[in-house]
Amino acid sequence: MTTDLPASLVSNPWISTWLTVTDEGMIGLRIGKVELGQGIVTALTQIAAHELDVPPEAVLAAATNTVSSPDEGLTAGSLSITVSGAAVRRVCAETRELFRRAAARQAGLDVAQVRLASGVFAAPDGSRIGSYADLSGIVDLHVRVGDPSLDVELAPPTSKDLARVDLPDKVLGRARFIHDLDFEGMLHARVVRPPGPGAHLEDVSLAQVASMPGVEGVVRDGDFLAVLARREGQATQAAEALSAAASWSAGIDLPDSDDLSGWLRSAEAETSLIRNDAARHDDSSAVVGATFSRPFLAHGSIGPSCAIAKYDDGRLHVWSHSQGVFTLGRAIAATLDLPPEAVVVQHVEGAGSYGHNAADDVAVDAALLAMRVPGRCVRALWSRADELSWEPFGPAMVADVKASVDENGTITDWSYELWSNGHTARPGYTPRHGLLADAHREGVAMLPPAVDPPADRGYGSARNSVPYYDIGRVDVTVHRLLTMPIRTSSLRSLGSHLNTFATESVIDEVAMAIGRDPLQMRLDHLSDPRAREVLSTAAAAADWGAPLPDGHGRGVAFCRYKNRGSYCAVVADVEATDQLRVTRLTIAVDVGRAVNVDGVRNQIEGGAIQATSWSLFEQVRFDRRSITSTDWESYPIARFSQVPQVEVHLLHRPDEPPLGAGEATQGPVPAAISNALADALGVRVRALPFTHDNIVAAIDAQT
Amino acid sequence: MTSFALTVNGREHRVDVPRGTSLLEVLRNDIGDKSAKFGCGLGQCGACVVWIDGHPTPACDTPVEYVAGEVRTLVGLGRPDAMHPVQSAFLELQAAQCGYCIAGIIMSAAALLRDNPRPTRDEVTAALERHLCRCGTHLRFIDAVLAAAGSTLESAP
Repeated sequence: MTTDLPASLVSNPWISTWLTVTDEGMIGLRIGKVELGQGIVTALTQIAAHELDVPPEAVLAAATNTVSSPDEGLTAGSLSITVSGAAVRRVCAETRELFRRAAARQAGLDVAQVRLASGVFAAPDGSRIGSYADLSGIVDLHVRVGDPSLDVELAPPTSKDLARVDLPDKVLGRARFIHDLDFEGMLHARVVRPPGPGAHLEDVSLAQVASMPGVEGVVRDGDFLAVLARREGQATQAAEALSAAASWSAGIDLPDSDDLSGWLRSAEAETSLIRNDAARHDDSSAVVGATFSRPFLAHGSIGPSCAIAKYDDGRLHVWSHSQGVFTLGRAIAATLDLPPEAVVVQHVEGAGSYGHNAADDVAVDAALLAMRVPGRCVRALWSRADELSWEPFGPAMVADVKASVDENGTITDWSYELWSNGHTARPGYTPRHGLLADAHREGVAMLPPAVDPPADRGYGSARNSVPYYDIGRVDVTVHRLLTMPIRTSSLRSLGSHLNTFATESVIDEVAMAIGRDPLQMRLDHLSDPRAREVLSTAAAAADWGAPLPDGHGRGVAFCRYKNRGSYCAVVADVEATDQLRVTRLTIAVDVGRAVNVDGVRNQIEGGAIQATSWSLFEQVRFDRRSITSTDWESYPIARFSQVPQVEVHLLHRPDEPPLGAGEATQGPVPAAISNALADALGVRVRALPFTHDNIVAAIDAQT
Repeated sequence: MTSFALTVNGREHRVDVPRGTSLLEVLRNDIGDKSAKFGCGLGQCGACVVWIDGHPTPACDTPVEYVAGEVRTLVGLGRPDAMHPVQSAFLELQAAQCGYCIAGIIMSAAALLRDNPRPTRDEVTAALERHLCRCGTHLRFIDAVLAAAGSTLESAP
């Protein structure tokens, strides 16, 4: 096999890093991607078992840790199956052939004569040579992948889904989440945050809190304030008392929440030309121009961020649900002035995070506090209010779009200008003080502005800002803010959410302006057959073109995630009476080869429902000093009665490389809802979310 | 510290905890039953729902001294070799993504089926309305509860 090595194998080339075969016949699989509820551990276990030809129960995937797992970077960007899946597949295929070679040698046969079935190698006459376990003593896995002397052929794509390996524990209520870890003598920590960003601690009396029942420590370090207590409830009560005993300065000014667009357009920014074809809009037969926006959005994990840390003998152990344990470990070491090898981060499953939430922050909280009480485990847990006000949000965005059409109805010119905070502040992307406790400890008033991943990672703000359609001249300009009064980082799909909403709305507006069917308009500008097929599949399944009753609307949207990932088309059905209700989403996706078909369906359904929630209900609320949406009443998300029916059509592409599924729906769902809403009301709502207020404002603006 | 007697999943426990301690903290940290989850501490999300005297109740904002009657948690609902039909259906339909919210959801669903063995889709939706799920697994949960209702009926004598 002479193909290029998958990226994860370039940086982790030793087979022994990935696999161990024990004498008992278990295959120990070590991976650098972490379980976020997306089912990655199940999918990689399935790939390994299939490639090794062993029963899935024989493969045990270990949770990622910074000591013994391959460093595969972040678990983000819908890349885990593409990147880690390819690595595991390759490692297992080569391991299989190393064992086959050993079996051949042992039996005095040619390698090609040795058969393998269910983990047992056999001679052509069926006589048993040995299992993986039997042969493990004579196979050295401390070899580099890519051995040219091995004749490695990847197993044909598998078709049988492995059920989620983590689910039995969760359904039976067994301890499995990081929140469930319990250690002897563990202390419970609660951090007291400032009333708002940039507020400095002016005065606090620690003594009274220190004498409260169960309190073992009260910590002040700059603007970082925390309590340690024996019982969890005691920690919570002490934190409340400490909060009451503290006085803070006013903090920095937050933007005017009623004029986010004005703030975004006027704030200091770095401008990038993503594409510059000198689009023109002066001699066209029709021009459509419009502005689209979204508010700040919360990740809103149901389980607040949690971490445990223990400092012992110069080594700091951290248990974390971070999406990037390796970068987190390095960031903690830098924060605490420890040598990087002194910090060990072990991943433990948390509640779904949907991007970069406070998982890394709480790990720093726990680490800082564990240093104060060597030898003891410290468990830090954020409150619901802190989770909803101090996590890094998905940034507010505003975009101006202009599209020109010639007399044949062909879109010839497209101009797009976007303003946004950066879409990542993960450790490793931004300089020091990007994590909350580190900034508060040092008295940093405003955290360093979030940045954007580069083009080769699919951009951040600019993700899907260049339309996937065949358009002659396209200009795209992105202004990334250099000031970040409200903290931002990666939220599922990054800029693709707003960019796809804007792009797909304008495609509809152009279609309407020239009197063409919106589906046809898209097909007329898409030469990629896979893009066309998801659109026609979704349209056919949704009975596109059928008449609808009054007050109902139907809209279509398309996106190819990052313009190189999975393809997704959505038809949304809505009912717009006194309230907007999304009744049905018909979705067609092409994710390339689907490793675990049910896992893909689950991700698509879930992503679509979450995107519906973003579209209908969600916006972070704040005044000039602090975040005011601090619970589930003030930051409502979709409830059971508000969830649409979702129908997923997965295109069969067994011979195409896997493209990832986790973020495919985030952009096209709001766009399809928006187009359906316009179809129902005859009014286009260009500001997310589609609340009663925003719909009324759009109606008022039109009349 | 005050001493409280508590029956959880048919077993009696005596715990010495401060007055006002939440039932959730007692279950998780004193008794060691980690099945119910902390989500908000405000009774708004349902991750901590357990049965108290058969009623699905958020444990996070229920002080232990107010607990009247037996407590049942997900751990006490079924065993690995004898799962409750709702648990079996959740596995069968792979009804979870991160799974953090399901401990509470399964308890509410099981209470519904006990009181109403053949619920409509709308009745299932209404019974789960107080629960939040962020992964968007709602439809699978509803389907699983309806499937469990079917299996309950089939297995009925």
